[in-house]
Amino acid sequence: MKYIPNPPWVAKDMLKTMGLNSLDDLFSDIKDDLKIKEGLTLPPAMGEMELRSCMKDLALRNISTEDYPCFLGAGAYDRYIPAAVDQLLLRSEFYTAYTPYQPEISQGILQSIFEYQTMICKLTGMDVSNASMYDGGSALAEACNLACNSGKERRKIIISDTVHPEYLEILKAYSLSGRMEVVLVPGREGAADIDAMVAEIDNQTAAAIIQQPNFFGVLENGEKLEQAVHAHKGMFIMAVEPVSLALLKSPGEWGADIAVGEGQPLGCSLSLGGPYLGFFAARRDLMRKIPGRIVGQTTDLDGKRSYVLTLQAREQHIRREKAGSNICSNEALCALAASMYLAFVGEEGLKEIALRSHQLALYAGKQVEEAGLELKYQQPYFMEFAVKVSDPAAANQKLLANGIIGGYQLEDALLLAFTEKRSRAEIDHLAAVLGGKMDE
Amino acid sequence: MSKLIFEKGVKGSNSFRLPSAGLPQPDINHTLPPIFLRHKDTDLPQLSEVEAVRHFTELSKLAYGVDNGFYPLGSCTMKYSPKINEWAARLPGLAALHPYQVPETIQGALQIYYEMQEFLAEITGMDGFTLQPAAGAHGEMVGVMIIKAYHLYQGDRERTKMMVPDSAHGTNPATANMIGFDVIEVKSNQRGLVDLDDLKSKMNKEVAGLMLTNPNTLGLFEEEIQDIAAVVHEAGGLLYYDGANLNGVIGVARPGDMGFDVIHVNLHKTFSTPHGGGGPGAGPVGVKEHLLPFLPKPLVVKEGELYNFDYDRPLSIGKARNFYGNFGVILKAYAYIKALGGEGLKDACQNAVLNANYMRHQLRDDYNIPLDRLCKHEFIINSKKQADPHGISTMDIAKRLIDYGYHPPTVYFPLIISEAMMIEPTETESKERLDDFIAAMKIIAKEAKEAPELLLDAPHNAVIRRVDEVKAARKPVVKWEAP
Repeated sequence: MKYIPNPPWVAKDMLKTMGLNSLDDLFSDIKDDLKIKEGLTLPPAMGEMELRSCMKDLALRNISTEDYPCFLGAGAYDRYIPAAVDQLLLRSEFYTAYTPYQPEISQGILQSIFEYQTMICKLTGMDVSNASMYDGGSALAEACNLACNSGKERRKIIISDTVHPEYLEILKAYSLSGRMEVVLVPGREGAADIDAMVAEIDNQTAAAIIQQPNFFGVLENGEKLEQAVHAHKGMFIMAVEPVSLALLKSPGEWGADIAVGEGQPLGCSLSLGGPYLGFFAARRDLMRKIPGRIVGQTTDLDGKRSYVLTLQAREQHIRREKAGSNICSNEALCALAASMYLAFVGEEGLKEIALRSHQLALYAGKQVEEAGLELKYQQPYFMEFAVKVSDPAAANQKLLANGIIGGYQLEDALLLAFTEKRSRAEIDHLAAVLGGKMDE
Repeated sequence: MSKLIFEKGVKGSNSFRLPSAGLPQPDINHTLPPIFLRHKDTDLPQLSEVEAVRHFTELSKLAYGVDNGFYPLGSCTMKYSPKINEWAARLPGLAALHPYQVPETIQGALQIYYEMQEFLAEITGMDGFTLQPAAGAHGEMVGVMIIKAYHLYQGDRERTKMMVPDSAHGTNPATANMIGFDVIEVKSNQRGLVDLDDLKSKMNKEVAGLMLTNPNTLGLFEEEIQDIAAVVHEAGGLLYYDGANLNGVIGVARPGDMGFDVIHVNLHKTFSTPHGGGGPGAGPVGVKEHLLPFLPKPLVVKEGELYNFDYDRPLSIGKARNFYGNFGVILKAYAYIKALGGEGLKDACQNAVLNANYMRHQLRDDYNIPLDRLCKHEFIINSKKQADPHGISTMDIAKRLIDYGYHPPTVYFPLIISEAMMIEPTETESKERLDDFIAAMKIIAKEAKEAPELLLDAPHNAVIRRVDEVKAARKPVVKWEAP
């Protein structure tokens, strides 16, 4: 295939207009010894029909969550996406646009971001939201970055190891800046050890962090931590799961200063881990410090309500090395998917989805116990729990052989997630296989 | 202007329902302790499906993408995004894969991932790639983390500074700062290229590296790139390649051969994946052999006939994000490379450069071109010829272009050219399309002299007139509140 509209004779005409003879003349500023001599070693070009077969063949070599029921969660969830979401995302006015730098011809995108920001504020109970970050983990790292930049001499980040292990790795990489000192506090019985975290808090503390529900699906009680970190003028940061917020106490209600999270469950396909979106919301007085694009409402010359990228004095293209973050491109189309998702399921729908997930998880907990297995932690959980198995990899293989995509492998357990897509029958099957009542 | 979604619909009109679970409905107040429960309603939209569909359709009509028309946004490479790639990304066998599935169940996806690492290494002349970063700036961050980790591993703790040309994208200094480097700016010379003497005078043992875009943000190839590389390397620094402008050399020359140690590429620019109104993009990072151990984990490796994740990377910087990258974007870029092949990529580059030079040639009588010589994929004009006597600015020209049905070029960047307007046509535009745009630019130049108010008040036929940006920033309203 080629996507170049000018046939060679037109290209020749254009060259002639400029007084040039060949396309090579356009590269006389590059020394010959730098030029590719033999051509690139890549597979031969394909026509669209060949490409279609090639991609289809590659897709057929995978087992997808459309083929088998999936009990994997651990930060990415197999949720139902209303058909209307993808149909609308295919409107190419949305997906072939760049960042809305020119408000007069980008009102549709700007308004959609403004609506997204509003919905994130509603869900999280926070005052302000940006236009999205790359994903949940990098959003958390940026939140810590903000916490360390905003107070003098504050560089200590106190975080429970019940937070997603990948988030912890990301934080470690971001701390190469030398501006953060990450204090990892081991959890107890699958929950954050709040007393141990509180004991770490001092006047150098920039932030204390928990995830809700945490990586193991367990609910964290952040009350004492919030009080202690605020008493020392540090920030309370929560990483939260957005669908559960239909029922669970919002970060705003917990008293969080910053709420971040992985937005994938809001209408993004699993897609082997991306593209997803990170959401980032904060209390109002942090508005001029938060990273990323923000859309604001204003008026045009005729006084008409309109939207524009705003508070840009925070950003890299204006502040350069003094910017708080380098982010520019974000995950706008995923944020649009999220607002579409929330619009289609609506307030009641989101509650129903969250409650169904909880209901199925409780049912599954009962079923696996009845099948003779034991939950790893005796703690309140919402839609995900770890069940003890002696050999998690073998258990997953057995599930796979029975047509089930199993759980996330912990050392001595499988972490299982339950979304509204799972059924009672699928859970019964899962429990039967795990309980050894069904062999290959 | 459209009503906001919160101003539409009534309670109870949402269409969405779940099937019955066949289980008793739990009471959350009994299944969970009250401390964990929400008190305040989410107050999300309450629209029927048809009304929500109409809402977003209406918003789409107030947006402008490459499919709507010419989008010469400099430095953003707004080329056509082939439709077959959108189709491929939606195949359930690619779109419905959970990132933690065991490798045996995702061999097709891992093949894409692995081959893409190899393709990018071949195209850019590097020795290995990570596909993890989610965007160009994220790639820069990973690249600069690798530079830092490398120096620290060498026991070289004194390298606290990063050099950046004055023509660089704002992300370069911002990234360097995020990773804890002090930024030193290198001057451009009269020809718009790195001033080699200035570079030499500032290079020392405290400098960790130089971040460079080539072709640079003026659209010009850094002709002395090998000398620049030598200066940086002799002092023990590393050379970083910002791949935003790779479309200007792809298939013709490779950053790896120019002496770069670390590079990022923008799949949403050079490799045709759509920008989505601000993302998702993807910013894979490539390195030379000496930096391979520092790449983020995991990489995808081939063991016999099986593809697998390699997490055993003790010197790795760790992770810059969750999972493995924007797979849904990566596979579109993979399909693009498969469709074009090596010759096709070179063709694309040559035609992108042809289009840019043709436009520069055709606009030079009407507009000032500060550096009017052979360019690569983009070039800069400004409003110097239009400024007097009516005070026409580059912004006025940009806004007038909207009236003629075009998305304006990038304006006021790079900072070293006053009133800059950066035009990048890409190879997917026809001469016919370019000629129409050139004709509009010529009319605008005439209007600037004869009817300046047409520019000063532009746009005239957009859905809104110019907006009050000062008000937006001074009294920020960043979410809707019920009246």
